[in-house]
Amino acid sequence: MAIKALDILPKLSEAPGISGREEEVRNILREIVGDYVDELKGDTLGNLIAYKQGTASGDRIKVMIAAHMDEVGLMVSAIEKNGLLKFKKVGGIDDRVLVSKTVFVGPQRLPGVIGAKAIHLQKPAERKKVIEYKQLYIDLGFTSKEAAEKKVSLGDPVVFATEFANFGKGLVKGKAFDDRVGCALLAQVLQDSYPFDLYGVFTVQEEVGLRGAVVSAYAVEPDIGIALEGTTCADIPESKPHGHATTLGGGPAISLMDRTSIGNKRLIETLMRLAEKEGIPYQFRRTTAGGNDAGPIHMSKAGRPAVTLSVPCRYIHSPVSVIDTEDLANAGRLLKVFLDELGKGGVEL
Amino acid sequence: MKALIKSFVETYGPAGSEEQIRSLIEAEISGHVDEVRTDALGNLIAVKKGDGSGLKVMLAAHMDEIGLIVTHIDDKGFLRFNSVGGVSPHVLLGQRVIFGNGVVGAVGAEKLDHIKDLRLDKMYIDIGADSKGEAEERVRVGHTCAIHRFMDDLGNRVVSKAMDDRIACAVLVEALRRVDGTPHDVYFVFTVQEEVGLRGARTAAYSIDPDLGIAIDVTRTGDTPESITMDVRLGGGAAIKVKDSSMITHPKVKGLLADTAEAGGIPYQFEVLEHGGTDAGAIHLSRQGVPSGTISIPCRYIHTPTEMVDMGDVKACVDLVVAVLSEPIDI
Amino acid sequence: MDNREFLRSLVQEAGISGYEDRVADIVADELGRLAGDVRRDKLGNVIALKRGSGPEPRVKVMAAAHMDEIGLMVTKIEDRGFIRFTTVGGVDQRTLPGQEVVVHGEQPLVGIIGVKPPHLLSPEERQKAMKMEELFIDVGLNEEEARKVIRIGDLISVRRDLVELDGSFVAGKALDDRAGVTVLRQCLEDLSRLDHRADLYAVATVQEEVGLRGAIVSTYGISPDIGIAIDVCHGDMPGVSPEDTSEIGKGPALALGGNVHPKVRERLIAAAGELNINIQTEVAPGATGTDAWAMQVVRAGVPTAVVSIPQRYMHTSVETLSLADVKAAGRLLAYFIALIDEGIREELKWL
Repeated sequence: MAIKALDILPKLSEAPGISGREEEVRNILREIVGDYVDELKGDTLGNLIAYKQGTASGDRIKVMIAAHMDEVGLMVSAIEKNGLLKFKKVGGIDDRVLVSKTVFVGPQRLPGVIGAKAIHLQKPAERKKVIEYKQLYIDLGFTSKEAAEKKVSLGDPVVFATEFANFGKGLVKGKAFDDRVGCALLAQVLQDSYPFDLYGVFTVQEEVGLRGAVVSAYAVEPDIGIALEGTTCADIPESKPHGHATTLGGGPAISLMDRTSIGNKRLIETLMRLAEKEGIPYQFRRTTAGGNDAGPIHMSKAGRPAVTLSVPCRYIHSPVSVIDTEDLANAGRLLKVFLDELGKGGVEL
Repeated sequence: MKALIKSFVETYGPAGSEEQIRSLIEAEISGHVDEVRTDALGNLIAVKKGDGSGLKVMLAAHMDEIGLIVTHIDDKGFLRFNSVGGVSPHVLLGQRVIFGNGVVGAVGAEKLDHIKDLRLDKMYIDIGADSKGEAEERVRVGHTCAIHRFMDDLGNRVVSKAMDDRIACAVLVEALRRVDGTPHDVYFVFTVQEEVGLRGARTAAYSIDPDLGIAIDVTRTGDTPESITMDVRLGGGAAIKVKDSSMITHPKVKGLLADTAEAGGIPYQFEVLEHGGTDAGAIHLSRQGVPSGTISIPCRYIHTPTEMVDMGDVKACVDLVVAVLSEPIDI
Repeated sequence: MDNREFLRSLVQEAGISGYEDRVADIVADELGRLAGDVRRDKLGNVIALKRGSGPEPRVKVMAAAHMDEIGLMVTKIEDRGFIRFTTVGGVDQRTLPGQEVVVHGEQPLVGIIGVKPPHLLSPEERQKAMKMEELFIDVGLNEEEARKVIRIGDLISVRRDLVELDGSFVAGKALDDRAGVTVLRQCLEDLSRLDHRADLYAVATVQEEVGLRGAIVSTYGISPDIGIAIDVCHGDMPGVSPEDTSEIGKGPALALGGNVHPKVRERLIAAAGELNINIQTEVAPGATGTDAWAMQVVRAGVPTAVVSIPQRYMHTSVETLSLADVKAAGRLLAYFIALIDEGIREELKWL
């Protein structure tokens, strides 16, 4: 009974896992993939490395596929006398998406709200200004510091309280699709066997500097790297067509270039050729902003070719994002045919 | 040497698409070195073995130039783009660009309330196509282009696009041909992707693991009207870098370069660059650390289509590289 | 020599990023004496090794404190002999006008960062902070004389000796992070009286202020099992939110967040508990701004932690802290090391 990415995405999406506190996501993935890989390893940063030995005899190449477990979120930085919490941001979050949202705090998942002054109490000029995160508080309903300190600690992770659900037509909504969609795809693809050695690395701390990928690429020393991402979409009314990084429903997106890597041209051409041959829709990620694990992977030690394949996600780095389930399925298909081609020796490295 | 420089600067090679310039350089150096290879990122690594008594020296000049990458082709055949490396929108106005397959385009801009509002995402390339289909026969999303400009010889000075860093590639090739009887194992590395983050140098340094690293790159000057405050000038000789954003030159390497220049009567000047980096920035932090420095060619108007260098400075840089390699080095 | 004397000897020297030699000599002498073994690496990091008593291969703990300081560098000598300069590291240019400096040319020269007198300033001018490009140094020489002694790239440091304030409080330049180097000294002193199985690499790093560069290469060379950065953090003062500061005199602060391995932090807390040392918490959602950020991602990864000394007025020439916090941090570090045995390697892996 094959596991599909969409089957495990709900649980992965709802699990809390801000950068540096990925343990729950790691545990879920261990459970899922543990049964069908040869070895599961952890390193000191928290990366989960799933190893599948290749079926070919003789020399085998090493393929590393990375998807990051961490999401952007918040961290408790102070507990005030009145029981309200102050927080800091983990990863890149636009302050403007924070106010009036619901969150879960700490390992106990205490429900809280990010409160704002009522509109009645605001001057008209105030409403034009951005409320910075430093002016916001998380309210858990405690009325004193002592009461709060019984259940909350400094450094406790805070995630958006977003439920995963079907949405519109063929779409789903949830938090952290960047990059739980990548994790789901990687878990799916790890079920199969390949002639080459496969290292499926669920990385940590991507959102604060691609850090898990740096150390895992060093340890694995792959011959080729693939990063799986949930990437920015921006095909929305306020954006011009050439500003749409990707289009929802346009198929998996191949990255051309971003701030941390220029995609290997041969790998890009191979993905295009295979997609066209198999009738799999695809598009290019048409922005050069941002970065991902392919950066450290292609640059580690003496370097290697790497490429990034992404599922378009609207509204990443905000409380709720949206993907098209067809894009997810097609990303899985394209990845599979690419790996099969690699296994056949059909990709020039 | 001007012919060599001209052939280098006029060759297509934005970061990530260095194939053409790499072939050209490889052709120029073949026969003069003991070993040549291309690594996983595309760096061209040429080795000249010494007599075994010296150090492993890595010299780096980057082959890539800044450019633009096509991100979108609209219904009317106009190309939208983003930058590859540091490209200022104002410098692009009125320029022509050229793609790897020879297609030429003109850069245009949307109407603006004020020139201050100019940004790359308000600009586009016009290759003379009338529709998306027509454009796509010549250029695709993902293709990169460079500035389309030829070199002009002003006598004692030359001006072109891509002096950064093809002038240094020419310096390295000249030095490579002249070096005769060096005690050191010298790795002449023509790196890739410097303009997008010193990437080629980083991986090349790791695999070579040198004892000493010297980058050759251009640096700014302070000798033009109302310029930035910088005491480097065209005609002042090879610039020995003391500091830039990516590296503080190892004092011993600074001393080595200055002493060698003094001893050889090679004109030189010290250089502090407030904003900017070179391949040495990546090399010096490789593994357990590599004492490194940079020999800079003073250059006016960097990252514009009219980068200008002085032939006397260029000669001084070649002389300095050759002189450093000819003697034992104590680091 | 005690902590106060050691710190005083360090801050009296100029050791700007990339040119730490003179400070390095003092550090190498003292840390080498206490540790038994000392060397310098390719970029000038001072690495003192105190071997543990456990069997090979011993657990390697690396404790790093940076010995470089921020400063200035000559960029141009103008006609009439005025010197233009740029910064090395994050210098607040507002602390510079009217400051006495030393220009390290062929000989050290006294210089003054000159200012227009108030009589000649318009009210608007006085309201605006001066920009770095407007500042210059007067060394009292004309251009020809200046060029004989000073060259482009020469370093410029602020003149400030250690100021002895009340009790254990001291102030001066470069306490960030010579105070941390003093913590290493205290730690090595304590370790000579404790039995410890693990090796301690006490590293005075270079070039932290310009990008954690010394930490990158020294960590690669040592390849430690644990890395602890000892640095300073912001001390309490009016106008700064308490969540961004720690209290001076109330003990070292331990960072909490992605740059800190929770088990290393737990062990530091446990060690502090046994010694009755009060510790504070510094919440760091991403980079800690210390050598630990570089150490953590060297090679296949290093479990790291940060121990900080609360300090006011960071990156000025009047940085202020308490030597009692320095001593406490040193003792804490030593005891933490003494509690380490070989089993820690497995304990620090995640699965």
